[in-house]
Amino acid sequence: MLDLYGAKVSSRLLLGTAQYPSPAILMQAVQESATEIVTVSLRRESVGGKAGGQFWALIQDLGVRVLPNTAGCHSVKEAVTTAKMAREVFSTNWIKLEVIGNHDTLQPDVFALVEAARILAADGFNVFPYTTEDLVVAERLLDAGCKVLMPWCAPIGSAQGPQNLAALRSLRGHFPGVPLIVDAGIGRPSHAVAVMELGFDAVLLNTAVAKAGNPVAMAAAFAQAIAAGRAAYLAEPLEPRDMAVPSTPVIGQAVFS
Amino acid sequence: MQVVVNGERRQASVDTLAALMTELGYIGNWLATALNGEVVPATERQNCRLAEGDQIEILAPMKGG
Repeated sequence: MLDLYGAKVSSRLLLGTAQYPSPAILMQAVQESATEIVTVSLRRESVGGKAGGQFWALIQDLGVRVLPNTAGCHSVKEAVTTAKMAREVFSTNWIKLEVIGNHDTLQPDVFALVEAARILAADGFNVFPYTTEDLVVAERLLDAGCKVLMPWCAPIGSAQGPQNLAALRSLRGHFPGVPLIVDAGIGRPSHAVAVMELGFDAVLLNTAVAKAGNPVAMAAAFAQAIAAGRAAYLAEPLEPRDMAVPSTPVIGQAVFS
Repeated sequence: MQVVVNGERRQASVDTLAALMTELGYIGNWLATALNGEVVPATERQNCRLAEGDQIEILAPMKGG
């Protein structure tokens, strides 16, 4: 079981709720993925609008935990204010903390991220920081009170897959007891397998499922991949070797000469 | 008085946030509010006095990644 701020979850797939072709397909994808945690956001409601209420009812029907995000925030103040509003609406201390620093790459502003994380952790939030794979930033986030880290493996929505496996491996090695969730950049189930085999605790997906030709089938494929990657990590994979090593016994081999 | 709600100018004939929300048709327990950048919890909207030019944000749950 994965322990996230005291919550025990079986599924190691966290799923975003944006960009699906329809609410019905979103619901089916969530069910097929067997996820126990979905991400949501807060946006301006139109006058007399019911869209927010309808969406919230749909999510509540799914019976999963929600992880509200601060997507689109570019400053500490925006992120902290959004987090506080999310806490009230969604009745949870969980917050996926995003403070964006670059429009093109949606790279987190890690300096503002650490500051916002410190403010929110001190205010009782359970912070899930969307960060880079930088080891020192990770240490600062833990110092700030984060007990979970969510490094990207490539830019949000890029589907590039892990761009810096060495750094991800280093993170895993340095923080053996900290839940590490790869958030952003996964495009295919093979990418998810790769990071799970490194020992990452979970994967957060959205675009890779929602924008697939068949989001429901892709949700199932990712669920299997993540489970396989986890099982492989626990089974301790062989490390690559420079030279060939025969698998068939050499002793007892016939001699024909 | 004039206030700004979700980025749009609005004429308000009432002087609390709770009354303004009713006047504009913002009804629902899923809404979150902020006044001039500060969070206003639902329980405090009745006592939240508005002034000319106030900036109000009214947010709701939405899909997100």
